[in-house]
Amino acid sequence: MRNTLSWSAAVVTVALGLSTLLALAQQPAAPAPQQPSEIQLVISGEPGTPPRYAVPDFVALSPDVADVAKTLGQVLWDDLNFEREFYMIPRDTYSTIPVARTAEAVPFAAWRELGADAVVFGTVQKTDANTVRVQIRLFNVRARQSVFAKEYTGSATTPRLYAHTMSDEIHQQQRALRGVARTKLTFASDRNREKVAGPVQNRDVKEVYIADYDGDNSRRVTTNRQLNITPTWAPDARGIAYTSYRRGYPDIFIALIYQGLQETPTNGVGQNWLPIFSPDGTRICFTSNRDGNPELYVMNRDGSNVRRVTNNPAIDTTPTWSPNGAQLAFTSDRAGTPQIYVVGVDGLNLRRITTNDSWADRPTWAPAPFNEIAYAGRTGPAFDIKVYDLASGDTRLITFGEGSNESPAFSPNGRHIAFASTRGGRGTQIYTMGRDGKNVRQVTRDGNNYTPSWSN
Amino acid sequence: MGMRRATIVLILVLAFVGACAKKKPAPVASTAPPPAAATSTPGPPAPPPRPAERVEESIPVPAISEDAIGNRSLEDLNRDSPFRPAFFGLDSSDLDDAGRAIVSANADIMKKYPTWVVTVEGHCDERGTAEYNLALGELRAVAVKTYLVSLGVSADRLRTVSYGKEFPFDAGHAETAWSKNRRAHFVITSK
Repeated sequence: MRNTLSWSAAVVTVALGLSTLLALAQQPAAPAPQQPSEIQLVISGEPGTPPRYAVPDFVALSPDVADVAKTLGQVLWDDLNFEREFYMIPRDTYSTIPVARTAEAVPFAAWRELGADAVVFGTVQKTDANTVRVQIRLFNVRARQSVFAKEYTGSATTPRLYAHTMSDEIHQQQRALRGVARTKLTFASDRNREKVAGPVQNRDVKEVYIADYDGDNSRRVTTNRQLNITPTWAPDARGIAYTSYRRGYPDIFIALIYQGLQETPTNGVGQNWLPIFSPDGTRICFTSNRDGNPELYVMNRDGSNVRRVTNNPAIDTTPTWSPNGAQLAFTSDRAGTPQIYVVGVDGLNLRRITTNDSWADRPTWAPAPFNEIAYAGRTGPAFDIKVYDLASGDTRLITFGEGSNESPAFSPNGRHIAFASTRGGRGTQIYTMGRDGKNVRQVTRDGNNYTPSWSN
Repeated sequence: MGMRRATIVLILVLAFVGACAKKKPAPVASTAPPPAAATSTPGPPAPPPRPAERVEESIPVPAISEDAIGNRSLEDLNRDSPFRPAFFGLDSSDLDDAGRAIVSANADIMKKYPTWVVTVEGHCDERGTAEYNLALGELRAVAVKTYLVSLGVSADRLRTVSYGKEFPFDAGHAETAWSKNRRAHFVITSK
């Protein structure tokens, strides 16, 4: 796929980026009208193969940023590798290539010899005690041309964030792809190893945590030393709705993580759990026992306008929204075992979609354009992640009996799924994988970690 | 910031309430003190051992143990509970005969201590999914509460809560553990 962009459009694209623009691209002046008005910005590989990318260490232009320079290169390589759009040439094969101190000195012939179609040249420099300036250029090795140039200035303590931002911008420019490098996961964890205070001994506290999509930079969100579980992101990635037992029974809380505030939308009515924001963030679907047995309800984010969706003596729980907010998928045992159903938000047009599992739960509707629902289904002794295609009615297995695999959550671009698995033998941990089940990566390692949700 | 402060306030309030609750004299203790409670206070002369034993013998043994139960703190009661848990089958919230017998015995204890308020906790084993188990545990707790009420225990004295598979009784990964984890656990919340 070759994308050609007019130079002016390319300038706009770059200028729209989050960070300060440095006009590093070596275009001397606007092209005269009679010259070709289009330039090739997308780097291609050999026909039929993905472009081969090299990301060497960034160059430290001041003495005390060597660690930052190394982190930038490593994290950018990992981020670009994650989407599997490029073939990332392993970093340990670069040792024979002369290190360039300036962009003019990039040894294109040597990179070409290594098979690189694209190479990153980046620098980092201290500008004052706490501030660094990071510059990056992406070169088309064959054309020896810079196709992407950015400069970022900010704190010296967040090199990973610069790398994540570069990765997202490169994916956007080179592949028109919304990368996930700056997204976050939220999950419940017992890693602080505290015990719940109360009349019963020896019960593990679970708190809500967030971490970068790769597991780094994890932070605790709740601090109440009770059970805090099933966190899910608000679409603005600034709020997390979760189930907390801080009052002795399950109820829904929303943590506004950048303001340090909390909201309690259910106003003390019944016991409420498993909140899920609608895709536009205005409503929350949840499970409640307020009418005597677990049913699904939808309320506005502030708790107003509560409407009951299901009405059945069996269990109805674990909702997920369709991307347009008009339908819900959920779990019900109305047929005798827990199975996945789809229903309109108005409670009409119910249909069952799982049939081959003895137990199916945690449906998660993929974002558009994928017309799919992932869920945890049991056919053997334990659970596997499966994906149901709403158009064809087919189901594909994407984990294969390694441990028990539960609680799938799609990435915002729909290309990845986070899930909880016992496969490593050390408790339950969060992993991510591609929507094809490949590229499995362990995200958490500390304590036990459950029920991931992936931010926009 | 605000959330942390709120949490600290909450913890302080809870600690204060807890401290108050502990200071409150248990009503049962004032009406029926155990006769031979081994108070080894040095002041008064120790009673001769023989008569004391005779007094003990003259009181029915169950009464002594019941008084002992009534005098114990909530923490002690729940650590070594007079209530037994009722167990369930896989993905079931139905009480079988054995389960009903246990709940019935627990109902008798609740009738003997009419001030006790009990929370019935519904728990599940790890083989089910975390999300669905929250609802399954709810049904288990409600099933036990419904049966307790049918046996004459006031609904006002009963709370229910589901913990899904979050608090296994036995951390093992085999049926011996799972069968213990599919349970309704009785917790005395006040007395």
